[in-house]
Amino acid sequence: MRTMDYAKRGILAFLKYASLVFFAFVAVIPVVSCVITAFKTETEYQQTNVMTLPQNWLNFDNFIQAFQRANMGRAFFNSTLILICVLIGSVFIGTQLAYVLNRFKFPGNNMIRNLFLFASLLPGVAMQVSLYEIMYNLGFINSLIGYMIIMCGTDVISIYIYIQFFENIDIALDESAIMDGANYFTIFYKIHLPLLKPAIVTSCILKGVGTYNEYYMANLYLQDKKLYPTVATSLYTFVGPLGSQYNLICAGVIISLLPALILFILCQDQIYSGLTAGAVKG
Amino acid sequence: MNTKAVKKRRPFKVWIKSRDGQKVLVMLSFMIIPLLLLFVFTYLPFGEMFGFSFYKMKYTGTRKFVGWDNYLKVFQRKDCFGALKLSLYYMLGSIIQLVLALYLATVLSFKVKCGKLFKGFMFFPYLINGIAIGFIFKFFYTRGFVFDTVLQWCGFNLDNLPYWLRDQRINNFSLVGTSIWRYFGQNMVLFIGAIMSVDSSLYESAMLDGANKFQQFMYIILPSIRTIVMLNVILSITGSLSAFEPPYVITSGANGTGTYFVVMHNIAHTQQKVGLASAMAIILLIIIIIATILQKLFFKYVFRDAEDDDPKAGIRRDKKLARLAKRSVRAAEGR
Repeated sequence: MRTMDYAKRGILAFLKYASLVFFAFVAVIPVVSCVITAFKTETEYQQTNVMTLPQNWLNFDNFIQAFQRANMGRAFFNSTLILICVLIGSVFIGTQLAYVLNRFKFPGNNMIRNLFLFASLLPGVAMQVSLYEIMYNLGFINSLIGYMIIMCGTDVISIYIYIQFFENIDIALDESAIMDGANYFTIFYKIHLPLLKPAIVTSCILKGVGTYNEYYMANLYLQDKKLYPTVATSLYTFVGPLGSQYNLICAGVIISLLPALILFILCQDQIYSGLTAGAVKG
Repeated sequence: MNTKAVKKRRPFKVWIKSRDGQKVLVMLSFMIIPLLLLFVFTYLPFGEMFGFSFYKMKYTGTRKFVGWDNYLKVFQRKDCFGALKLSLYYMLGSIIQLVLALYLATVLSFKVKCGKLFKGFMFFPYLINGIAIGFIFKFFYTRGFVFDTVLQWCGFNLDNLPYWLRDQRINNFSLVGTSIWRYFGQNMVLFIGAIMSVDSSLYESAMLDGANKFQQFMYIILPSIRTIVMLNVILSITGSLSAFEPPYVITSGANGTGTYFVVMHNIAHTQQKVGLASAMAIILLIIIIIATILQKLFFKYVFRDAEDDDPKAGIRRDKKLARLAKRSVRAAEGR
C-alpha cells in the first residue's frame, strides 16, 4: 500500500511539474523566438530555420539599425516624458478625488462614483470616433500635452485603490489635526498623501504599464511620427516598408519591451499585489 | 452649504474661512479637474457619438439627418452584426483561459520548486504592448516559422499543417490563442492573490480528514474565491463582445477575422462612415449593458445568499461552506 501511495504521489508531482514546464514554455517561446531572430544577420535569417540559434550572440547590428530606423531615441524620450507627467497628474487627480469622495458626505457623492464606473463600461475604441473631433477642436492633435491630458483622465481602478486605502486611514487622525487647527488642504498634503504611498506605488505601476503600452490613441492623436513617436507607436515604422525583415523587426520589438522587462524583474511582487488590489473592486 | 451661508448672512470672506467654507473650497478644487476630464473626454464624446448615429456623415463635409437608418443598417449589413458571431470564439477562449488560470494558480499557491520563476514566465506576456504582440504573432504563425517548427519537433509534418492566419477554419482560433497567451498569466496572478487569502488552517483540517487535492480545490478553494472568479467571468464575456486587439494588430481583420469592433474601426476610419460606426458602437454598448445586468442577476440568483457589500458576511459564509465541505468530504470518505 505504501509503495502504491508513493507511486501515485510521484506521478501527480510529475504531472504537476510537466504541466508547469509546458505552460511556461508556451508563455516564453514566442518571445524567445524573437530574441533568437533579433541576433541573426540578414543572410543567416534567410538561410536558417527560425529556431536555429544565431552564430553570434553578440551581433547587435539589428538592434542598432532598428533603433535608428524607428527613431526610438526620440520615442524613448517622448515615452519617458509622457510617463512622468501622466503619473504625476493622475496621482494628484486620483488621490484628491478619492479624498473628497471618501471623506465628505454630500449629495451626488454616489452619483459621481457611478459616473466613473459607467465610464469604464464605455467601449474606448468606439469613443474615438467622436473624441477625435473634440481633440481636434481643442488643438490637441499632434500635441504631447493634449495626449498627456487625455491619458490622465478617467481611471476607475486607481481611484478605487485610493478610496479603499482611505477607508483604512483612521478618521480620528483627521479630527485631531482639525483640533490642532489644520485646514483640509494641510490634512490632505501633510497627513494623507504620505500615508497613501503604498497605494500610490501600486496604482503608478498599473498606470505606468498601461501608459507605456498604449498605442491606439497615441497613433490617432500623435500622428507626426517624426516628432511624436512613443515607444509603442514607433514600432509602426516596421509595418510597411520592411515587410518581412523579421530580424530587424524582432530587434525593435525586443527593444520596446526591455523597459517593461526590467521593471518586472525589479518589482515583481509589487506588480502582482498591485494587480490583485486593483481587481478586488474593479 | 451655500444656503446656510446666506441664511446666516455672513459675508463671503468670513464664510470662506469657516469650516463649511473650507469644505466647499477643498471639494471644489479637488473635484473640478477630474470631473472636467471625465466630462470632456468621456461623456461629451459619448453624447456626440449618440448624436452622430442619427446622421449620414463623414468627418468633414455636410451631415444629413437620417433618423434610425444607421441602426437598421447595422442589422441589415452582412459585415456588421454578423461579426458578433466571432465573439463566440473569444468567449470559448476566455473560458479556457479561466480554467487554465485557475489550475495554474492552485498549483502555484502551494509549495512548488521554482514557483516564482514559473509565475514570472507566465505573467510576463501581460506586460508586452499590443503592437509588439502583433509582430510577435505574425512572426510566430508565419508558414514554416516558429509555431510550425515547434510542431515539427513534435512530429507533425509541415504539409499537413494549415496556414494559421489565412485558413478560415482555423485563423480565429489562432487569434484567440494569442489572447489566451497574453492574459492567462494575469488571471493566474489574480487567482493566486485570492487563494493566498484563504485561511490555511482549512487545508490542514481537510488533510486530516483525508480530503485529496481535488476535493480541497472543489470544497475549500473554489468557494472561497468565488467572487473574483465570477467577476472575471463577467469581464471576460463583455470582453469577448468587444474583442478588438488580436485581430486588429495581427490580421487587421482580413480573412474573416474581423470582429465587431474591427469592422467598426474600419467603417469609421477607412470608409469614414461616422454615423454608421456610431450606431454600431451604441448598439454594442446596449448589448454589453444588457449582458452585464443579466449576468449579475444570474449570479445573484445562483448565489442568493451572497452579500458582496458585507465582507464579514462573506468570510462567515465561506467558513460555513468550508465546514459543510469538510462534513461532506467526511461523509464521502465514510461511504
